[in-house]
Amino acid sequence: MVKQDIAPGVKGTAGSKADVAVPALGFVGTLRWAWTQLTSMRTALFLLLLLAVAAVPGSLFPQRSANPAVVTQYIEEHPDTGPVLDWFQLFDVYSSVWFSAIYLLLFISLIGCVIPRARAHFRAARSTPPRTPKRLSRLPVHGTLEIPAAEVQDADLTPSSAAGQAAAVLKKRGYRVDVRGVGTDEASVGAERGLAKELGNLVFHISLIGVLVAVAIGGLFGYNGQKVIVEGDSFVNTLIGYDSFNPGSNFSDDQLEPYSIRLDSFDVRFDREQESHYGQPLDFTANLTTQDGPGAPEEQQVLKVNAPVTIGGTSVYLVGNGYAPIVTVRDGEGDIASQGPVVAVPSDGLYTSLIVIKAPDAQPDQLGFVGFFLPTAFVDEDGVSFSRDPDPFNPQLNLNSYYGDLGLDDGTPENVYVLDTENLTELNSRNNDDGGIVLAVGQTYDLPEGKGSITFDGLQRYIALDIHHDPAKAAAFVFATLALLGLGASLFIARRRLWVKTSRRDDGGIRVEYGLLARGEDHRLADEGLRVRKLLADRWSVPSGTGDNTEDNRVPEAVSSAGGTGQSQHNTKDN
Amino acid sequence: MPQPVNAELGQVSELLMLLASIAYVVAFVFFVLDLVKSSKTISAVESRLASEQAASARTLAHVGGRDPGSTAARPAAPVTADDSMDYGSGARRGSARIAVALTVLAALIHGAAVVSRAFAAHRVPWGNMYEFCTTGAFLVAVIFLITLTRKDLRFIGSFVVGLVVIMLCAATVGFPTPVSRLIPALQSYWLVVHVSIAVASSALFTITFAMSVLQLLQTSREAKLLAGKTDTARFLRLVPSALSLENLSYRLNAIAFIGWTFTLIAGAIWAEQAWGRYWGWDTKEVWTFVIWTVYAGYLHARATRGWTGTRAAWLSIVGYLCIVFNFTIVNMYFSGLHSYAGV
Ligand code: HEM
Repeated sequence: MVKQDIAPGVKGTAGSKADVAVPALGFVGTLRWAWTQLTSMRTALFLLLLLAVAAVPGSLFPQRSANPAVVTQYIEEHPDTGPVLDWFQLFDVYSSVWFSAIYLLLFISLIGCVIPRARAHFRAARSTPPRTPKRLSRLPVHGTLEIPAAEVQDADLTPSSAAGQAAAVLKKRGYRVDVRGVGTDEASVGAERGLAKELGNLVFHISLIGVLVAVAIGGLFGYNGQKVIVEGDSFVNTLIGYDSFNPGSNFSDDQLEPYSIRLDSFDVRFDREQESHYGQPLDFTANLTTQDGPGAPEEQQVLKVNAPVTIGGTSVYLVGNGYAPIVTVRDGEGDIASQGPVVAVPSDGLYTSLIVIKAPDAQPDQLGFVGFFLPTAFVDEDGVSFSRDPDPFNPQLNLNSYYGDLGLDDGTPENVYVLDTENLTELNSRNNDDGGIVLAVGQTYDLPEGKGSITFDGLQRYIALDIHHDPAKAAAFVFATLALLGLGASLFIARRRLWVKTSRRDDGGIRVEYGLLARGEDHRLADEGLRVRKLLADRWSVPSGTGDNTEDNRVPEAVSSAGGTGQSQHNTKDN
Repeated sequence: MPQPVNAELGQVSELLMLLASIAYVVAFVFFVLDLVKSSKTISAVESRLASEQAASARTLAHVGGRDPGSTAARPAAPVTADDSMDYGSGARRGSARIAVALTVLAALIHGAAVVSRAFAAHRVPWGNMYEFCTTGAFLVAVIFLITLTRKDLRFIGSFVVGLVVIMLCAATVGFPTPVSRLIPALQSYWLVVHVSIAVASSALFTITFAMSVLQLLQTSREAKLLAGKTDTARFLRLVPSALSLENLSYRLNAIAFIGWTFTLIAGAIWAEQAWGRYWGWDTKEVWTFVIWTVYAGYLHARATRGWTGTRAAWLSIVGYLCIVFNFTIVNMYFSGLHSYAGV
């Protein structure tokens, strides 16, 4: 009974149409049938749940988008399953064919869903509230007020004017109203409120499309790159300036503005007060000098975690830091083969760092070193060195050395943090006679066989930067906010219809009947009934009483012992 | 320059947390006692109900306009609580009263523990797993108590308080963490916004989870009774009908879903500030998304024919299991940018 009153919207139609299983004949008919299926609520639900399931593998397997090296390693370690998983795109879940298919279908369904609903809503918003039902007493919440003859005479009321006054009361309460039967002895008011609920729902769904489009545009026209800067060094925003760079598919290098960043100093503070968290980092601050372009004035800026610096259309983030020991390598001929800070990659909270040093210019043989840098070196009972503190209280290098072909000359890109020892001969190692190289600051170690020497000159810090440009991120933010607002409106605004009927009584009084109907979930419909009853009663100064409104609907004691919020909830089953 | 932490106050907080747990445990015992006892009380009330049954049948026929489906599908006699969750029997539930009083007491101590922890650390008390758990449990208790003032939800008391106890145990046993300052990655006001709403939404989801489980139990019981079988789950007499449970949990889920949507957006904004991209399918982001999608599915299910009732309840349960998974397994065993668990 409530159902017939619901304006034709997707909500109503989708559910019922989905049950009509047999498609009309012919190609067009089949297409139409497929479209109806796709845009049905059931399909939307199915696709939503499918999307949730499909997103899970991306958290179980390493993803190339996050860290390609880990994926490569995973495949190497799992030669049987790895390639199969790869074939199913389980290392690229969020750009995979199947994941894309699900969300594209979902969004097509969404568009197919939203357009007719937007149209229906537009029509509903412009049409007058629905016609007055014959028997208001059949509505879930209803009641009657009697204006006594004396009052009618005093105020010179007619059913029409009473209806007009009721309409005014309702209008003040936010209803759209329409007065019917003016001039007759049986007037009525049709009223409706809460169209914003449907509007909110539409805004929400449309905004989801907006977010998706913004994400796509960001992916097409944005870029990001990574750069490590040692104290005192600079970075210029050009392609060659980056350590690694990920352009969007529509990126062109003239998008890059040639600003520059110099790292003047990097301050680190660790917790020194608390035993339980001794050495936990408390603050990272990078002091930068930036220049918007060549010749532009220099500017001092502070970069912190969670506080990016924006420059030249990009945002610059502090995503990592560590130590760069300054090392001098001399070759077998006594010449300096490499000199300067070498970035060591921290592997734990105490900054025990992996370090790789390559000296391709060394003569007669190229030299390579791999090992650890320990900020506060300490040797345990078994003779194993480890770091006890993240601050450099006793900095030490522990290295193995190699000579031979570093494999850098054939031009293939090489990971600077990895030493490929395949074509190298070991010189020093903890496992061979010469032992490993252990160096404190200022010390030099002469390599065996006169291959050269290595000196640990000093220590600098470096920072790792992520640099991002996303032209659509503001749009994504706006749409996300709209979605949230729309969602709130959709879930919290109640859509209600209300009718008031006025008729003349035999004794000269006027009878005012009213009835309320909710569309969708509305547990406060009965409350609204009481409130409107009170407003109307006050308008004509008649006692509002308590009974009428709930009397007829009131569920008998045995089933329910209270009126109030009980009744209207059953309407939900009509959705 | 932030102030150093106050270790003594931190210890006071831990002691209060312990006291609160004890009070919750006792409250839990009383809630269980209430369920057991009420079964008896209800048997007594039942005769009265039966006598009124005839009258109600008449009136129902008269009213006619109420949703015929649900009224017919629901045998009036064995169900004692309805949508309003106003039990009407007038029977005194002594144990339940004690249980609620104890829960209030426990929540007060719990609140003091959370606040003193915040003061000890000079920051919001949600910077590691221990704090997520204890603050989250506090919110669960508070939301439960607030809901109690509007609806008689004492029937899920044992459930909810039981979950609070589990959360507190998990915090104290699983992730004990002394008071400390925040690592740089967490030093952001987005921690306040993002995590607080996440914890509050999760607390709401916790309550609806309990209600959905009861709803499933009640549904199968109702079906059984309708088929004329004996009532094997008598304690459920105190629990409202499956339909009322569904309606109420829908309302709470709707609020929680908005909270979760906000969490997701705020998280994206924070991620944008911290890492330069608002969305990168990091493990934690994946699971936040999965949870969001499951609950969006739940909301859709409620508007899809054939998916209301039992299936919707299952979705609500699955959503909650995802939250638990996200909070425990993902935090502890999955690596990702969000490795702040502090364990
Ligand atoms: C990206 C996919 C989608 C998401 C995340 C989504 C999410 C939601 C959410 C959270 C709600 C509940 C809040 C509200 O009432 O506004 C909702 C409601 C609704 N959605 Fe979607 N939706 C999606 C796609 C669709 C599609 C494809 C359809 C059409 C078949 C659809 C039709 C509806 C309808 C009719 C409602 C109102 C239900 C009610 O009145 O309770 N949605 N959607």
